[in-house]
Amino acid sequence: MREIHTDQISEKVAELFIDAAHNLPEDVMAALQRARDSEESPLGRQILEEILENAKTAREEMIPLCQDTGTSVVFVELGQETHIAGGDLTEAINRGVAKGYGEGFLRKSIVDRPFSARKNTGDNTPAVVHLELVPGDKMKITVLPKGGGCENMSRLAILLPGQGREGVVDFVLRAVEEASGNPCPPLVLGVGIGGTAEHCMSLAKKALTRKVGDPNPDPEAADLERELLQKVNALGLGPQAVGGTNTALAVHVETFPTHITALPVAVNIQCHSARLKSAEL
Amino acid sequence: MSKEIRLPLTEETIAGLRAGDHVRLTGVIYTARDAAHKHMIEALDRGEPLPIDIKGAVIYYVGPTPERPGRVIGAAGPTTSMRLNPYTARLMEQGLKATIGKGGRNQAVREALKKHRGVYFLAVGGTGALLSKRVKSAEVVAYEDLGTEAIRRLEVEGFPVIVANDMYGNDLLALGKAKYRKLDRLGSYVPLGADPDAPNGGGN
Repeated sequence: MREIHTDQISEKVAELFIDAAHNLPEDVMAALQRARDSEESPLGRQILEEILENAKTAREEMIPLCQDTGTSVVFVELGQETHIAGGDLTEAINRGVAKGYGEGFLRKSIVDRPFSARKNTGDNTPAVVHLELVPGDKMKITVLPKGGGCENMSRLAILLPGQGREGVVDFVLRAVEEASGNPCPPLVLGVGIGGTAEHCMSLAKKALTRKVGDPNPDPEAADLERELLQKVNALGLGPQAVGGTNTALAVHVETFPTHITALPVAVNIQCHSARLKSAEL
Repeated sequence: MSKEIRLPLTEETIAGLRAGDHVRLTGVIYTARDAAHKHMIEALDRGEPLPIDIKGAVIYYVGPTPERPGRVIGAAGPTTSMRLNPYTARLMEQGLKATIGKGGRNQAVREALKKHRGVYFLAVGGTGALLSKRVKSAEVVAYEDLGTEAIRRLEVEGFPVIVANDMYGNDLLALGKAKYRKLDRLGSYVPLGADPDAPNGGGN
């Protein structure tokens, strides 16, 4: 039984959000560089060049990559052999968010009472927490600040089983095409297939925690990822939807068994500012 | 290659702009997004004056991060423009000449650009750090209580934008997609028309 104190958790969450907001992950940088080198549209190439320059400026001058420092999405993989001391885990995470968004000069973009007053909570809390119990005695915390532009283009459908792979591909392509420039292409696409409605969307979000372009270990899913990426890029939206050959940097598919009557499919779109940081306590 | 434009935009300058042009803007622009637009339309409805001089103005759809001490502004990239579609024609009737944002606009806005001889510019979404460096001064001039959504008067220098929609009806997003779409690689998927006003385009 290993003890982890809530103070450590808060500190780490704060640190991770500040880091995520300013420092684009290496694998995202590499994918953007590859996109820039392969982009057929001159305007698209220029846009990718500016995106790369932005990443450099953000890191060197401590200016957030994007002004939408997002909803604070936090994944916690909690080892079954750990004991959390010092208080409530969710409160500790939220204290960390408030600290990080305050000290990091990040934008507070969360409002309460979504269908009425919509009053800003002032500190970007509450976080959206995905908690998973895993074997072992570590706590892994992953933060994914999620911008509204891309998040708001999410889609979920319960297809008929007979619609099959083709139905899934059509649904994903339609989602990307309808979203157009709003989610800031080039995108990273999270696709969930199976489960129940909420689990399916959760799979799509979890898919965004993978390194860009890392294939699903299942060959069938990896094959679908390849088909989707090729077809998404054939849509021709390109960077910022001005027209081009790089509409998505990667497609990540996550699957789960599902009901005999259903083929749930969810699309969770990540923008090119694919902010993601992890640490282990 | 960029056209350097000193604001305010003249009728002649606007007439010379075409979808796809790179432009670098120098001069005064105003920031406003959802809440500020709602307030401004309400003011117009009540017959009250607007809090800014809208004639010839450029509005930039942005809600910046709070600036660190000693800095003019925080990260300042564009927000999604389609949310502001319902307000744009009304402000253009009052003299607004250009807006800056990301993503496409709808038919109503494109009509307004033609009718009132204006343009819609794209700033590159997600380049908030880079764009912030083009802002030389920033001052809240209205609706301070809105925080990041307040109307700010910005002085910008060489602010890079792309003409997405000109006053002649040309639409960069439609043109671009038509040019780079590879129909033979799409299998059985039937793409949306090149018209960006297709049902549910924009997600709102």
